[in-house]
Parts: sequence; structure tokens; C-alpha cells
Amino acid sequence: MNRSIMKLGVVLVVLYVALFAKLNWIQVVDKNSLDSNPLNTAQVRRDFNRPRGTILTADGTVIAQSVANPDTNSEFKRMRVYPEGELFGQTTGYFSFRYGSSGLERQYNDELSGSTFDQQVKSFGDLFVARENVGNVSISLRKDIQETARTQLGNREGSVVALDPRTGAILGSWSWPSYDPNTVSSLDKTIAETSWKFLNAAPGVPMRAHFYQDRYFPGSTFKVVTSGVGLQTGKVTNTEPAYPYVNGYTPEGTNKPIMNFGGETCGGTLPEILRVSCNSSFAQMGAETIGAVDMVAGAGSFGFNATVPLDMPEPVKSVFPTNLGNNQAKLAMSSIGQNDVQATPLQMAMVAGAVANGGVIMKPHLLFEVRNVQGDVVSSYAPSKWLTPMSSSSAATLFDDMVGVVKGGTATGMAIQGCTVGGKTGTAQLGTDPPKSHTWIMGFAGPPGKPPTVAVAVVVLNQSGGSEATGGRVAAPIAKAVLQTALAAQGGC
Amino acid sequence: MTVVIVCAAYVLASLGSDSRIPANIIPFLVAVIALFMGAHFAVRKLAPGADPILLPTVTLLNGLGYVVIAGLNEKLAAAQATWTAIAILGFVLTLWWVKRPRDLERFRYTFALVGIGLLLLPLVPGLGYDAGSGSKIWVKFGPINFQPGEVAKVALAIFFAAYLADQRELIATSQWKIGPLRLPHPKYLGPVLIAWGVTLLVMFYQKDLGSSLLFFALFLVMIWVATQRTSFLVIGGGLFAAGAIFAWKTLDHVKVRVDIWLDPWKTPSGNGYQIIQGMFAMAFGGFTGTGLGRGGDTRIPAAENDFIFAVIAEELGLLGGALIIIAYLLVIGSGLRIAADTDQVFDKLLATGFTLLLGLQAFIIVAGVLRLLPLTGVALPFISYGGSSLVMNYVILALLLRISDQTSKRAMNRAAAEVAA
Repeated sequence: MNRSIMKLGVVLVVLYVALFAKLNWIQVVDKNSLDSNPLNTAQVRRDFNRPRGTILTADGTVIAQSVANPDTNSEFKRMRVYPEGELFGQTTGYFSFRYGSSGLERQYNDELSGSTFDQQVKSFGDLFVARENVGNVSISLRKDIQETARTQLGNREGSVVALDPRTGAILGSWSWPSYDPNTVSSLDKTIAETSWKFLNAAPGVPMRAHFYQDRYFPGSTFKVVTSGVGLQTGKVTNTEPAYPYVNGYTPEGTNKPIMNFGGETCGGTLPEILRVSCNSSFAQMGAETIGAVDMVAGAGSFGFNATVPLDMPEPVKSVFPTNLGNNQAKLAMSSIGQNDVQATPLQMAMVAGAVANGGVIMKPHLLFEVRNVQGDVVSSYAPSKWLTPMSSSSAATLFDDMVGVVKGGTATGMAIQGCTVGGKTGTAQLGTDPPKSHTWIMGFAGPPGKPPTVAVAVVVLNQSGGSEATGGRVAAPIAKAVLQTALAAQGGC
Repeated sequence: MTVVIVCAAYVLASLGSDSRIPANIIPFLVAVIALFMGAHFAVRKLAPGADPILLPTVTLLNGLGYVVIAGLNEKLAAAQATWTAIAILGFVLTLWWVKRPRDLERFRYTFALVGIGLLLLPLVPGLGYDAGSGSKIWVKFGPINFQPGEVAKVALAIFFAAYLADQRELIATSQWKIGPLRLPHPKYLGPVLIAWGVTLLVMFYQKDLGSSLLFFALFLVMIWVATQRTSFLVIGGGLFAAGAIFAWKTLDHVKVRVDIWLDPWKTPSGNGYQIIQGMFAMAFGGFTGTGLGRGGDTRIPAAENDFIFAVIAEELGLLGGALIIIAYLLVIGSGLRIAADTDQVFDKLLATGFTLLLGLQAFIIVAGVLRLLPLTGVALPFISYGGSSLVMNYVILALLLRISDQTSKRAMNRAAAEVAA
């Protein structure tokens, strides 16, 4: 009988080995396809039911938090709410069980859910104490600046970016159209689906964070980059060269002149041509004084054609054409921010910041610090340099020239009593019939005699009119108000 | 050792489900230690020569099951704790009461009657009912509900062992030639047919597929081990196949089970829901699992019972699932070694039958959860929530240990006799 018993044992072992093999199949081999099965809500439910930290602004406003789901029958114990709605929508992003997450919710998912290495190690010591190990994320944005920007921009399409040029901290990032992430993040399937469809079809793509994910022709604001490259290469100074007083510039290889706004005559040295935003002079500066090689390299040193190290998902690159060859006409057009040049609002704020910060562009960032539930700092952001497009002396020269634009040029609308303000307007023409343009302004402000503490860039899209004055008239009041709010928060000038 | 593991697991599970140390940890510790230490000392005292592996292994399975149930539902956990205490009491009483397995052999026909009677009890109008699982296997006596099938399994195993111990020579040597075929004499095929009939009865009227499969396999394997005649396996297998095909063609509840097994994705929110959610849960657990108390939400129907293996595999991952499989293999190995070691025919058959009951039942339900076989609702021995099953499994454990103890006692006596000679 013992032989039968042995055989029985072998059969049972074989059966159990089959179990083990099938268990391996489900848990290891087939894991990914089962996990990603649309019917499987395990991952999402876990993220949703897990505690999740709060996102706070620099002035202490809660802009995203998890609260208990009032529907106790729901399979979700918690829901994500955004008390400020659209005001911070493009920055916080959404956190949806149907559509995943975006913005800061995605960027700092590990910190918010308490699953970074630091948080795990710290909480391991707390194994026997009742506490949640989620992280509360503080960011550098301020609610007062956001509100100022929203009020000023109104229902015009456009973007406002304000940052501290000394650290790269983004102080304000408002764009219109924006959206309210509460709807997309709703636990109600119908609400979430309807708003998702609506927002994806809406004009102006409200769910895209325009300030770093959309790029536009920078127009004359790009002349600051051209100036900076000229100064840094030593080919341009405040006294040399002096460009001819003409009403247009005709590059080599074409007979189509680049005209000044309204056919006006202008020219002279750098401070003067920058003040009046002289197209003919800057076109000639790019095409003849600086040349293609230095213009491409110089634009790159300001952050064009590079991925911005912003702590947000999927930033787009600002572009400066690199296929110039011997095309002088294209180089001339590119040097005044037309043709194929495109920049994000953030990029132009960083250009202004480079001038304000002695030629150094700091890495732009939103994170300030992460704290645990007890209020202890788990990690905090340390500012670091990204690019150095100019020496401090080149930057100082350009600084004075930009202050001149506000004192007596196209950007007088930005002047703030008691503060040192520099700026540059831009009007990127989109067409002439009827005349339409993106109107820009960028600049910086701070206490007199000290490095500026705020840099700003504003773009208002599709404005009627095409004169250089348009940029100053439309965008300057917005920039001024935002600068004032930011300066007030810093203690004034 | 296993007591420590179980307690640590319980603390972790509580931390996992509501991130706090359970307030009742001290009483829990005391109770767990007292229960299993009690069982351990009872074995030392009542059956000192018994196999040393079985009880710790079962303690681990039982404790882990409790911890997982506690993570799912605290009310059920309290009931399960009570049942564990009763089961361990039953274990000690069985050890104390049954001094020699042969004592049971004398009551073989009593066991047979009791077994068949219990098996048919749920069919008595007014007594039997369906607890919602689709199987009519419950009996209600006033406030007491139990599954008589669980008791019947043990009673019938004892009867089979006793019957076969008596008749095995006759059955083995009988010949019935039909042409080239050499079959056992039809007189001795009778019991096979009776077992087959009982199996079909259970399947048709109680809709309890798992138990019917278990009964039939139990009898078939025991008669094969007793007689060494493979023809029983062939005939029995044929009968089973015929019965299974017939059931699949004619019985809706069998057809549904098979259809789910073949393709659960056809009805992911209907009949296939349970098995699909189980697979999602196991896949989500991956290699190391989500942590005790951190998985196994209540979306899997019968998570604390039929599907408890899916919950364990989710919370403890492949490692935990493998641990359970290895633990059952240890139980099977110990049980079959006990069967092989004893020289008493009845003891041998009984130990084989009991081991098969535990090992095959665990295989049937785990294979069902893993979609290796059609799903049949039987409990996972020592782990699943459920009183009747737990108590009877501990009785089986006690009898296995008793057989093991007897064997080593006889061996010692022989050794002593040799020394004396």
C-alpha cells in the first residue's frame, strides 16, 4: 500500500506545483495586462483611498486637498477638491480616477501620497505611532498675484508669468482660458466624463497650462535677446555701432524691406533703438553685426531650443530657427522675433530675469517645500543656476537700457513710483487685414539701487491693431499691476 | 515560533488597515498564545510521539487566515476567534478521547449511517437551507447553523477506512473476466456505485460540486490504495467523467460554472465578476503583495471564504501564496508519512483518507480561484472563515496525530522488546 501512498503523494505534489505555476502566471507574467485592464480599478482606488496631502500657496491658501467623501456607500473613501477652482487649475492640474493626473498633482504625486524614499524612511521610525505619512506641498505661487492677474487680463486670451529672478521661484502663473479641476476630478462618472469632453473641445484648450505649454511669436520683446547676444559677443555696445536712420531695412538676397512700424524713421545706438523698438536697426544688428552662428548660439544660451527644467510635466521648448544657412532675410526677421521664433510666456519672463539677475537664469520652479503632517520639513527646494547667457557687465548695460525703455520709450505704462522698473514691449503681427497681433510686455522691478526682485512677462493674444504702441497700451497695465502686487508682498520697493 | 509570526502579522495587518496598533493586542496575544500553547501541551501530554510538523504548520495557516479575515471584517474575525477556540477544544478532546484509532473501527456502520444521514440532512424540508451561495448545504437547528457535510466527510472517511481494511483482500483478489478485461467482481463494485450515487445526489440536489468531487475522489483513492488495483481508478474515473459530462449538459448551475471557467470575460460584471476581481486582486499583489490589511477590500464576493486565497495572494503577493502552497504540501507530506509509517491497515487508510481530504480540498478551491479548474465553493482548510469546517479539520488533525503517536509508541515498544531480548 505504501507504493500507492507514494504515488498519491507525487500526484498531489504535481497538482500543487500546477497551482504554483498558475499563481506565477497571474501575479508575475500576466500582472501588467491585468493591472492595466480597463475594468480593473485597483490602482486608482488605492490612490484615491490613500490619504493625500494638501497643496498650499506661498501665502497659505489651500488650493488642493483631500476630504472625506460624503457618500459613505461609495467605493471611494476620499475625494479631491480644489477650493480655488480655475484660479490655480492649470498649476495644480487634476487628480481623476478616470483620467489620471496632471500638473502638480502628477509632478509631486509621490510627495503628496507620502511615498518618496525620504518620507518612507522617516515614517519607518514611526511604525508604532499612529500617523499618516502624507506630504503637504507648499509652492511659490501667491493667491494675491493670481487674483491681480486674473482681474487685469479679464476675459482676454493670454498669459501672465511673474517670477523672482534671484531664485527662479514662480510667483504667479495665470492664463485665460483656465478651467476648474473639480469637475474633471469628480467621483461622479457623468460629471467627470461630460466636463472632460467639454474641456477638450473648448476653444483655447483650457486644460493646457498656457504659460509653459504654449508658445507664441515673441515679437519685439525678442530684441532684448538680440541685444544681450550682441553685448555678450562684444559686437554691440551702448555706443557702437550706430545704425542708420531709415524707415526699413532690406537684407541681402531679397528686395523686400523689413519696415518700421508705420513706416517711421529710426536708428542710432543700442539705448535709443531699444527705447523706440526700431525694427530696421535690430534686423541689421542680427543679420550683419552678430551673424547667424552667434545668433543661434546666443538664443540657445537664453534657453531657446532647450527643455526648461521646470518642475511641471511636459514643458514645451521655445524655438529659434537653426536652419538659417545663408538666409539673411530669415535671420533678420528672426532677430526681431518674427519668422519662426516662438517663445513661451515663461521663457520671456526668464529673459527679463536674466537681465535683472546679473546675466544668470535660475532654474524656474514652483516647489517651495514639503512638510509632513506634524509640520516638519521633509524636503525643501534649493535654488540653482540654469543658464548664464551674459556676463554681469553685459547684463548691467542691458539693465540700464531696459530701464530707459520704461522711463522714456514704449513701456512707460509700466513705471511704478519709487521703484526701478525696466521693460520691453512687443507686438507680434499675425496679419494686416484686419490688423491683429499678440501684444507682449516683459520686464522687472525692484527697489532703487538693488537687484530687481520680480520679473514679469505678459502676452495678450489676438488684439486688434498692429502698432508698436499696442503692446504698451494693452499689456503694460497688466504687468504693472502684477509687479505692484508682487512687490507689495515682498515689502515694497 | 509560529505564534510570534501570527501575532506580528496581526499587528501589521491592523496597522495596514487603519494605521494603528490594535487596542486589544494584549488580550489577543494572550489568547493566541494560550490557545496554541494549550494545543501544543495537549499533544505533548496526550500524544508525545506524534509528528512535530503538523500542529505548527496548521497554527500558521489558521493564524494567517484569522489575520486576513480580521483585515476584511472585524465582526467575522470575532466569530472566527470563537470558532478557533472551539476547534482547538475539539482537537484536545479528540486526542483525549480517542486513545487508539482502532476504537473508531468498531463503530464503522454507525459512522456510515451518521455520515450519509448528515449528508442528506439539508434535503429534509424545514431543516436545510441555502445560505446564499447557491448550494443547499446548511442545516438550521434552532439557533445553531452548521454544514453537516463537513462532519459527514470525516465520518465517511472513517467508514471507508474500516470497510476497506476488512474487505481489501477479498476485493483485491476477486476476478470478473469479460473478454480480455479483468475487473473486480461486481459484488465489490457495489460500494463504488454507492459512492458514485451519493456523489451525484450531492451534486444534483445540493448543488455542491466541490464536495461531491471530494467525496468521490476520497473513496476512489482509498479503494485504490487498499487494493492496489488500478482498474478501480479507471472505472471510477470513467464514471466521474460520465457524471460530469451529464451534469454539464443538463444542470444549469454546473453549466454556468464551466462557462465562467472557460471565459469569465464574457460576463465581467455578471457571473464572471468574482473570478475576475479575484484575478485583479492577485495581479495587483504582484511579487511581494500590498501588505497585510492593505488589500482585499470587500469587492470580491466571499473574500473571507472561498476567495480567501485571492486576498492572501493580494496582501502577501506571490511570496505569501507560495507560503500557503508550501504549508499545505507540508501537511500532505506529514499526513502521507504518517500513513506510510504505520503498520495498521485501518490507520494507514484513515491517514491517507484524511490527508487527501485536506490536501485535495485545498487544491480544489485554490485551483478554482486561480481558474485552473471550474470554481467550486469549498472552504480552504484552516484558513477560510467558517466554524463547521474549522472544527472538523482540527478533529482530522487530532486523529492524524493520534495515529502518528501510536506508530512511534509501537516502534519504541519493539525497540524496548529487542533490547530486553
